Amino acid sequence: MIEPVAAAALVGITRLLVGARADWQAPPPLGQCLIFANHSSHLDTLAIWSALVPAMRARTRPVAARDYWDKPGLRQYVAGRVLHAVLIERRREEQDGDPLVPVIAALEQGDSLILFPEGTRTAERLPQRFRGGLHRLAEAFPDLALVPAYLDTLHRSLPKGAHIPLPLYCTVRFGPALARVADEPREAFLERARGAVVALA
Amino acid sequence: MDMTPQQKLMWVFGGIVALLAVASLVGWWLHRRRGDTEVVRNLNARVRAWWGMVAVLGVCFMLGPTANLVVFACISFFALREFITLTPTRPGDHLPLVIAFYVLIPVQYWLIHDQWYGLFAIFLPVYAFLALPALAVFGGDTHDFLERTTKIQWGVMIAIYCISHAPALLILHLRGYEGQGPLLLLYLMLVVQISDVMQYVFGKLFGKRKLAPTVSPSKTVEGLIGGGLTATAIGASLWWITPFTPLQSAGMSALIVTCGVFGGLALSAVKRSLGAKDWGRMIEGHGGMMDRMDSVSFAAPIFFHVTRYYFSS
Repeated sequence: MIEPVAAAALVGITRLLVGARADWQAPPPLGQCLIFANHSSHLDTLAIWSALVPAMRARTRPVAARDYWDKPGLRQYVAGRVLHAVLIERRREEQDGDPLVPVIAALEQGDSLILFPEGTRTAERLPQRFRGGLHRLAEAFPDLALVPAYLDTLHRSLPKGAHIPLPLYCTVRFGPALARVADEPREAFLERARGAVVALA
Repeated sequence: MDMTPQQKLMWVFGGIVALLAVASLVGWWLHRRRGDTEVVRNLNARVRAWWGMVAVLGVCFMLGPTANLVVFACISFFALREFITLTPTRPGDHLPLVIAFYVLIPVQYWLIHDQWYGLFAIFLPVYAFLALPALAVFGGDTHDFLERTTKIQWGVMIAIYCISHAPALLILHLRGYEGQGPLLLLYLMLVVQISDVMQYVFGKLFGKRKLAPTVSPSKTVEGLIGGGLTATAIGASLWWITPFTPLQSAGMSALIVTCGVFGGLALSAVKRSLGAKDWGRMIEGHGGMMDRMDSVSFAAPIFFHVTRYYFSS
């Protein structure tokens, strides 16, 4: 019974620290969706999750790196019990088969997800090249709403290597769901998806 | 008039509440007569936000000087937060910014609490001025170094140093005015804010000629004259809560109003050069904390020093 309190506290702390105000440039999709965003700090997951309205937050799970979130203690508790994160293995030597299996399972259950298609954090304002995972998920789930999002100040709040976050106001801008194009080549799709995030910057 | 400072405080707050009640009634009446227009909605949002701001100030005046310092330290924090959010900083600025937010603000307000005037006056313009670029060097990034350093120093000076001069009025020792510092702080805040409000009201009612269209499109010459004169008159009539005579109080109010106008214009130009229309969205109908404090940041230091120079015991 303590998880809802922990979740409310987490949202409160995130808002206090980085604002995390949502700016929807198109109405939020009603059904299942996959939010994909630029990745620049450890606060990104919490910022997007906190910016969602409570009903949407309740059915949205972040996809997170096992090597960062699966550490015993607070992180494991927050990732497992509060955020209900889908943990995936980024380290190739630890991978046992397809790392996307838990993500596909979550989508099959009907969960909405938050995904960072760059795979790793970048200190820049604009995202790097997207990796292929987003394309595979889009192919496997043709009805999934793919919602681009852009986090505007977090690369300055907590740049790579920094430990103390700056309390800048972060706005999370959500764009309209990506249009589906039949038979689109993988690279073209990934570039278009990245372009949708860049367009919100 | 032999009232205690406490009684004077009650009277002034009573007056503010009465004014706000009138404003709320006018807003309600306009909403009924004119309907749900953009201007009426913004007016009512502003009045509602004023109730909130007056409630916060009222509670902190009741709790005493330390509460005043804490509230103004928070105001500085939110103001700096808005300033730096709009300023394009780079990863190399992380350390100086951490120091600005988490060290400079508490130290500056602690110096007021400690009544250490000498260090309060030079801590930011001398020590922090030099320390911020020295710390930025560790970032090893020379790209736009001067511009980046200058912007951080500017944010620190406006949001922390200038605004901190308002509660610093509490530690002035003035002739025949011991222990009444809170009244002087209230006087400053009232004259500045009444000037802003009255300029808005006169501008909306009679505004024709734009004062500085490219810098601050909503400011008009008519608003400036009407609002400035009204605020000066109200300030003069509040002489009984200050160490001033009525005539001196009129002069001081005119000074506060003038500095406030320049503060509003200069910071509006800064805001626009950073590519924004409002500093933030913290206060409904008003924009951000800096939109409400821009006039204070210019008026407070000048009012502080002129009062200190002419009225110290």
